[in-house]
Formats: sequence, structure tokens, C-alpha cells
Amino acid sequence: MNTPRQIGGVVLKDMLVELRSPVRVSGLFFYAFALLLMVAFASNTTDIMRKQAGGILWIGMLLASTRSFDQSFGAELEEGALEGLVLWPVSPIALYYGKALANAAILAVVATGLLPLVVALYDVTIRGDMVLLALTLALGAGALAAPGTLLAAITGQARGASVLLPLLLFPTVVPAVLAASRATTLVIEGDPMGQSPAWLWVLGSLNLLHWTVGGLLFRWVVEDG
Amino acid sequence: MKLAWEDPIGGVGLVLLLVGEYMGLFATPNEQMMGDVVRILYVHVPAAWVSLLAFSAAFIGAAGYLFSGRKVFDSVLEASAEVGVVLGVLLMITGALFARPTWGVYWTWDARLTSTAIMVLTFFGVLVLRSLVEDPDRRATWSAVVSIFAAINVPITYYSVDWWRSIHQMQSSAETISKPIHNVLMLNALALVLVTAWLVVKRWRLARLHALAEEPEPLSDMGEEVA
Repeated sequence: MNTPRQIGGVVLKDMLVELRSPVRVSGLFFYAFALLLMVAFASNTTDIMRKQAGGILWIGMLLASTRSFDQSFGAELEEGALEGLVLWPVSPIALYYGKALANAAILAVVATGLLPLVVALYDVTIRGDMVLLALTLALGAGALAAPGTLLAAITGQARGASVLLPLLLFPTVVPAVLAASRATTLVIEGDPMGQSPAWLWVLGSLNLLHWTVGGLLFRWVVEDG
Repeated sequence: MKLAWEDPIGGVGLVLLLVGEYMGLFATPNEQMMGDVVRILYVHVPAAWVSLLAFSAAFIGAAGYLFSGRKVFDSVLEASAEVGVVLGVLLMITGALFARPTWGVYWTWDARLTSTAIMVLTFFGVLVLRSLVEDPDRRATWSAVVSIFAAINVPITYYSVDWWRSIHQMQSSAETISKPIHNVLMLNALALVLVTAWLVVKRWRLARLHALAEEPEPLSDMGEEVA
């Protein structure tokens, strides 16, 4: 079986697991939703909340994503499923891209679900282009998923995984969260100076970098796991 | 006690560092706008350059281990990352002390400051990862993988002042600094390179001895390196 078909197979497997029991998507959604509420409670004025809406959305996504990545490999590590996948003729590259694409898709679904809540809770009016907003959500989800999938494959097999994954992931994805937050805020508030394409370009470059490096390095993680 | 080959390098480095810091504190002129505050730069700028070198060495150790499987590279990674993190923390502390009187704040979310903090934190994460994994092979492989990811930040940190023009000044050169300040800066940079090389080699020897204690290897592979 060629690599693209293998990648498709891994994505399909993860999506089927999620469809049969959507524990991960619903868990992530309510985790990030709780964070949106907490920040709303802690904020003084609606004006500040409105200006920070994009950033808060992505902080919520970042915190929730650690649970997603944990679970993504937690399921594979139970009863040697990962070993089974590696022994099966699935190349490590296909396994990485399959898992990362599934993670990115789940994060994009959660981000899309959170957006109406951000609009309602933070009294936001989306003034910008919805296509640009969709692109920002997709690129942001991808920029979290690529390093998150690789790092979760490591931390899932190590002691202290719950501490280790955020410790390794958060600094790595700061530029992506920053770019996604700025781009989202610009699209939400309107972008008279045309700054959002520059942030999307940064986000796209980070995606390219992380997806490439992640794919190159993953084989060592599973071969030594 | 027999001196190792790196000890004279460390000795020369320490002497040069004492001379360089003395000159930086007492023999160089004040900067026109910043006054005495400029003297912090004799520590800050060399720490910045040498921390980037140390993290680059960690990257070489990581790539070397992944492609060769030899633990000698893993020890390079361990030693360089550890020394790099210490220099990175020194860099950020001196940077904050410099920023307060010149920019009015200890910290601002400028691209150079942010990328430096990310770089130091990711390599700190590598050290934490190493402390949590007991199996030597897994520890070496996983920390090499994470180090390569962390090393992406090295060029980003260096070029951040070109890519995002913000409050942090761009890279300085002999043309942009007055000669007395430039000379002392270079002296301190050379001294810190020598001291750092000495510290990295010492830490590398220690890492090799730990590796030997964990997994005895044939003497032909280990003996001469750590002797």
C-alpha cells in the first residue's frame, strides 16, 4: 500500500474511533469553553474582552490541544497498539501524517464550534472575510497539531507525561499561537491596514516547517519507543 | 593532578574574561546616550552569541546521534544544552537589567526577546525530558528529536531583528560601534567562547562517564575519550 493510502487509512481509523465515541471532541470543546467562561468572569469590561477574543480562543485551543494529543497516543499505547501499527506495513511517515492530520481536523472542528460562543460571550461582531477566518482556523489547528503529535508520541511513553507535554509543546508553538491570535483578531475586528495576510504567511511558514521536521523525525520516535 | 587538554583553554579564557570585564567596567568610555548602562552589554552580547553557539552544538550532537547512534554525540547534546541554558538565563537577566533604564521596562514582547525566551525554554524542556527518561537509548533518541525541534529557534532568534523590526536593535558590527567599545566587546566574546568551550568539554566528560556507568561499552570506544 502506498504512503498516501496509508495516511488516509490512519486518518480514517482515528476519525472512525472519534465518530463512534466522540469523547475527545466533546471533552476538548467543553474544556476550551470552560476556559472562555473563566476569562470572561475574570475580565473587567466587555471592551477588553472584545479586543482579546482572538487570543483567548487560541489560548483555549492550546490548553485543550494538550488533552487531545495525550489521548491520541494514549489509545495507541494501550495494549501495544502502536507496536502493532509499526509492525504492520505502515510507514512511520504515514503514521505521523495520519495522526497529525486527524489531530488537526479535530482541533479545527473544536475551533469552529467555539467561534459562535466567542461571538456571543465576548460580544464580538465578525467584520472581516469568513474565508480568511476559516483559513486562519485551519492553519492554526495545523500549526498546533504537527509539533503536538510528535511531542505527544514521546511524552506518552515517558514518566510525567502530563507535565512534560505542555513544557515541551507550549514554547514550541508560541509563534503559531501568536500568529493565529493576531490573524483571528484582525479578521474579527476588521483589517483596514491589510495586516492579516502577513500573519497568515507566518502561520503558513510555521506549518510548512513543523510538518516537514515532524515527518522527518517521527521514525526515530516510534522505532525507539 | 594531570591537566586535561582543555584546561589551558579554560585558564586563558578566565584570564581574558577578567581582563575584558575589568576593561568593560573601568577602561571603556561611556556611551553617548546610555551612559554607564552600556557596560552591561559586555556581558549580555557575548552571552547572546555564545548561547547561540552552544545551542548549535546541541543541534550537531542531536543530529549526530540520530544518524550515527553513537552515544558520544548524545553527551555533546547534553553538555551543550545544559551550558546553553545557563548562558541563555544569563542573557535574559542581563537583557532585562539593560532594558529597564533604556526602554523603561524589564521585559517587552519584542520578537528578539520572545524568540530568545522560547529558545531557552525549549532547551530547558530537553533537560527536563532527559531527567525523566531512565532508559539511555530512549533518552538519547527522544532528547535528540526534541533538540532538533528546539534548534529551529536558533536561526529564528538570530534573524528576528531583521525579520520583525521592533524595539531591540539590529545586529551590531564593527562599522556600527565605536572602536574602543567594539574591541572590548570582542575580547569578552572571545573569552566567553573559550570558557564555554572548557565548560562544555568538562560537562561532556562527565556525561560520558555517566553513560559508561549506565551502559559499559568496549574500552576502544570509550577509554581514550574520557581519559
